[in-house]
Amino acid sequence: MAVSSLPRAPVIKSATTYAVRRGLFEAGQILLGLVILVWVLLPIYHMVMLSLTPINEAFGGRFWPDNPTLDNFRTVFTQNHFFLERFWLQLANSVVVALATMALVLVVATLASFAIGRLKMPGGHVISNLALLTYLIPMAFLAIPFYRIMAQYGILNTRSALVLAMSTFAIPYAIWVLRQYSENVPFELDEAAKVDGASPWQILWLVYVPLLRPALIAIGTYALLLAWNEYLYAFLLLSTDTQHTIPLTMGYFLVTDDSPWPLLMATAIVYALPPAALYYAVRKYMVTGLTAGATKS
Amino acid sequence: MAVSVAPGRAVEAAPPRRVRWSGETAWGVAFVTPYVVLFAALVVWPVAYGLWLGASPGAFAILFADPIYLESAWNTVVFLAFAVNLKLFLALLLSGYLAQARPWIRWLSVLFLLPWAVPSIPTIFSFRWMLNSEWGMLNGLLWELFGIEGPWWLVDPQLAFGSVIFVHVWKYLPFWTLILLAGRMAIPTDLYEAATIDGASPLQKFLFVTWPQLKNLYVTSTLLSTIWSLGDFNSVYLLTGGGPAEKTHVLATLGIRYAFNLHQIDVGVACVMTALPFLVPLVVILIRRLGGRVQ
Repeated sequence: MAVSSLPRAPVIKSATTYAVRRGLFEAGQILLGLVILVWVLLPIYHMVMLSLTPINEAFGGRFWPDNPTLDNFRTVFTQNHFFLERFWLQLANSVVVALATMALVLVVATLASFAIGRLKMPGGHVISNLALLTYLIPMAFLAIPFYRIMAQYGILNTRSALVLAMSTFAIPYAIWVLRQYSENVPFELDEAAKVDGASPWQILWLVYVPLLRPALIAIGTYALLLAWNEYLYAFLLLSTDTQHTIPLTMGYFLVTDDSPWPLLMATAIVYALPPAALYYAVRKYMVTGLTAGATKS
Repeated sequence: MAVSVAPGRAVEAAPPRRVRWSGETAWGVAFVTPYVVLFAALVVWPVAYGLWLGASPGAFAILFADPIYLESAWNTVVFLAFAVNLKLFLALLLSGYLAQARPWIRWLSVLFLLPWAVPSIPTIFSFRWMLNSEWGMLNGLLWELFGIEGPWWLVDPQLAFGSVIFVHVWKYLPFWTLILLAGRMAIPTDLYEAATIDGASPLQKFLFVTWPQLKNLYVTSTLLSTIWSLGDFNSVYLLTGGGPAEKTHVLATLGIRYAFNLHQIDVGVACVMTALPFLVPLVVILIRRLGGRVQ
């Protein structure tokens, strides 16, 4: 863009004019790159910096602590603070909820999308659109009735309630992505398998699942991260601290005004690293999965 | 729900007869049953129950008499207008920048995903402390570098709400940039080559090649982002908690406040239901746009 803002060279564009333009363009590009870098990294840098700050130095507003320390992480890992008394249990809860959500979403969505897309179920189209409709309900809007329904089902304050809540919102998206993605899998494969006498169950396992592996990885990760990251539903559905997940552990730091922010940030880093690492590990699939539908129009 | 089927489809020639298994439909029913059961128990029933809860006229009377509600409804409109459009416009520009095939821009685009890859709670809390006007890093830096007394970021209602919008944009910009980047990558390169031969400037290439190809995706993205931003509870609740003095609530957080802090469940439901006249048309348009692609 820097190019177009330059005045037009009068008659002959000399080699130096080109060099100047080129240089300005490059400088603009690099400058923009630096701005993006600062924009992205500043809050993350702040989180790391604060986690290395001794608790009593947190009120300095510094850019780097005077005496950086790893003590905060030690406190987190040894559960040596009122807010972190059940850190490991709550971390385990987060893992269990995330994995259970992933498993439920993968099984239910794979079966449903196979029935709708490949078996051409009568009424499959309606189910597909209803799923899309669910995908478009803002999660926070359903929270209040959902809370009451979980009480009616008698599973309030259990991790299953959170798993069900997260699956409710992840499955429609999963079905949608699988339906988009499976359109590229030729029907001839199914037909050939059928002629060879394969049952639908065998086609599902031997044709559909292997060919949809990239999409399955994408939605599995999506479900896992959705459950791992959830705050609102965890806050409403889980009330005793033995059921809490880590987002709640962090949320409770804010009940007092003089919270130990360095400890909160150390907890936050321990909590944020696994999903970020997972995201980067499967980044290639995530992009494919997320854009499978979006870019088709 | 048949809206997404183009009218012409139904009269198309019948597809060639497929080989059918005996009991293929039975298999289909069996496979789809788990989803239908979950859908009935966890979507249909809560939605119906919610509509029933929100059907009390008394709840709406309380709501409309509450100045906090009116302020929150206005906040929601401002939030959607600014956060969504700012985010998508920046995403449109940045996707062009990141689409350049240079090694260091590749690396930059990998780093650029961080706000999206890192869970939102840690980063929102990080912002919250960074913006603390007395002890935060931002005002500390302003003071040390420029000798400026930094503003009261989260104490002044307007600045607090601006911060909410900023944090929302920070968090979701990578996602939409990625979507628009994928859209740009799908544009055939020969269109650009032809434009170059015709002597088109970069701006002309954008206006006459990129934008017409990307317009549809951009509009769909804007609509989707509007719906999701309407339900963005975290950016508000975890940054400001609706404060100071309940002045930065949006409908999503105010509904929760009524239902769980003030124990008025029906008012809470009524609060989010007032978004329905806006939400339902959006959903209908989106189902047409998205659902039409899968049949």
